[in-house]
Amino acid sequence: MTPELLEDGAKRLAEYKAKHNVTEDIAQSGGQAASFARVVQPNIVDVSAGGILYVDEITVSFDGFRALNKLSLDVRVGELRCIIGPNGAGKTTMMDVITGKTKPDSGKAFFGSNIDLLRLRESEIAERGIGRKFQKPTVFEQLSVFENLELAAKTDRRVRHTIFAKLTPSELDQLHATMKLIHLAGDGARVAGTLSHGQKQWLEIGMLLMQNPKLLLLDEPVAGMTDEETERTAELFLSLEGKHSLVVVEHDMKFIGELVNGGQREKKKIVTVLHEGSVLAEGSLADVQSNERVIEVYLGR
Amino acid sequence: MSTTATLTTTATPSALFDNRVRIGLAVALAIVFAVVPFLPDFYVTLLGKIMCFAICALAMDLIWGYTGILSLGHGLFFALGGYAMGMYLMRQIGRDGVYKSDLPDFMVFLDWKQLPWHWTGSEYFLWTMILVVALPGVLAFVFGYFAFRSRIKGVYFSIITQALTFAAMLLFFRNETGFGGNNGFTDFKRILDIPIATPSMRISLCVITGLVLIAFYLIARYIVQSKYGRVLQAIRDAESRVLFTGYNTLWYKLSIWTISAMMCGVAGALYVPQVGIINPGEMSPAASIEIAIWAAVGGRATLIGPILGAFFVNGAKSWFTVAFPEYWLYFLGALFIAVTLFLPQGIIGLLRKLRGLRNGAKA
Repeated sequence: MTPELLEDGAKRLAEYKAKHNVTEDIAQSGGQAASFARVVQPNIVDVSAGGILYVDEITVSFDGFRALNKLSLDVRVGELRCIIGPNGAGKTTMMDVITGKTKPDSGKAFFGSNIDLLRLRESEIAERGIGRKFQKPTVFEQLSVFENLELAAKTDRRVRHTIFAKLTPSELDQLHATMKLIHLAGDGARVAGTLSHGQKQWLEIGMLLMQNPKLLLLDEPVAGMTDEETERTAELFLSLEGKHSLVVVEHDMKFIGELVNGGQREKKKIVTVLHEGSVLAEGSLADVQSNERVIEVYLGR
Repeated sequence: MSTTATLTTTATPSALFDNRVRIGLAVALAIVFAVVPFLPDFYVTLLGKIMCFAICALAMDLIWGYTGILSLGHGLFFALGGYAMGMYLMRQIGRDGVYKSDLPDFMVFLDWKQLPWHWTGSEYFLWTMILVVALPGVLAFVFGYFAFRSRIKGVYFSIITQALTFAAMLLFFRNETGFGGNNGFTDFKRILDIPIATPSMRISLCVITGLVLIAFYLIARYIVQSKYGRVLQAIRDAESRVLFTGYNTLWYKLSIWTISAMMCGVAGALYVPQVGIINPGEMSPAASIEIAIWAAVGGRATLIGPILGAFFVNGAKSWFTVAFPEYWLYFLGALFIAVTLFLPQGIIGLLRKLRGLRNGAKA
């Protein structure tokens, strides 16, 4: 960039701030407003255009069966997006594509506006800031709760670092806070394999939070939880809204209702309905629930 | 405050040297330095041999017990270390062979006029030491890179490692390969120009093996207690979770796989001068499976277990093959089945259970 352009950008930024009477740093905001004098860094997600996830016409076939059929979806920064759909609608396949487990036959998938997800491996995608919770709670059964969270903490994850790695005080604080958040504060030394199903779900969510991801993909996070645990999970997710972007895939309509109606009400939450590998309907929960085609394929059954 | 206490205690897992390890080390060192020199010849060699096997079992434990990757080809790495040492020992024979030639006897027998290219440098002890770790290391690295990159897992990986050692055995059986065909190397006379078949040399080799075993135990203990070791265990429990947490598991699996292979190579190099022979039989599938049995019998994912397992199975073997030679393989098979069915944690698991019962009775 030439100095003239930089100066020009700085000038326009100042003018814009004066005109719209803003004081905070708008380059970081992720709103619809254009950004000024900002450098896009490779491998760091750029969300200045307002979207954190763009999925465009993704098609995946397994032996002729189209699991995803030209699926398009976009999720905005800080959004809590619920995705519903009958079994086999392609919800898990969609997560597999976004997290790099499955490579699609065609289509595009971008994280922010600069990271092409289809060119990266699972671990690289996780490193860039996408965390994923599996349908079946997946924790390290033989390790303690503490160690599970320790491994998930965001640090240098290369071999030569982990051989000599020591926990830093700030990591320890973060661990402590996370354990409190997931209601496992007294269970640090407990072997993860001995936790109840719901606690394992929470531990996995806690591990995701330790990764400090920008986008969380949660595949049926309340499956097998008691009503009380479900409620507390909804609370937890609502508290994350705004700080992280969340995509929640769920069957439990009551839980979806809690998510959509709780939290920051002024933000209209969008619910996406998947069917046979593509988007059937998108809109507010009420709109979706009254959509005839949705009733036909999913809710009416 | 209680949560803070849990946090700090779990943040520093048991140190490299806790009291039990200190006592164990003292006992091990005492045996190596004070008992070995007074043992009869036969037992010195037997102990040295079993300690070599214990190193293999320890190496197997790192890759199988802690990382969950069952190798059925570790005998190959053991044999490669052994062959590297064997080449040096063959060169040390000098002109004292049957044919009084500079070349090893089997080459004279095959009417070869000069050493093949891959014997270059085999007369140097230092080069041999490098080969002992580099040969198994490089082979394991290259093989492991392609296998792990292709995400070959579980029983498929085990079968491929088994095939690898079998293929190597067939290769080494051929005279043209230049490693003495099915006879392998034997009739060693000297090591570092010192006669090899003397009681003092036997004792020295046994002591060195013991020290190497202790050192490898401590290295392994450091590895499994580090964060690196916890990542390995996490890979064993849920590899996809590790991947989606942002760890590239390829390098973790590849590094521990290579370390494990190099340990086996060192064990092979210590084994050959003590038993006085190396032949392709060490690469047979059965030899590799036995290594896995030692680890399973002793108790996977405990470091001391596989060492005990190697001692127990090989001790039983040397007694059985004298007392009831024809029943040994049946016993080994029965032992493996019994351990799999009743003692999934091996000897260590049994001891822990007994201690639990005793503590329960006291309370």
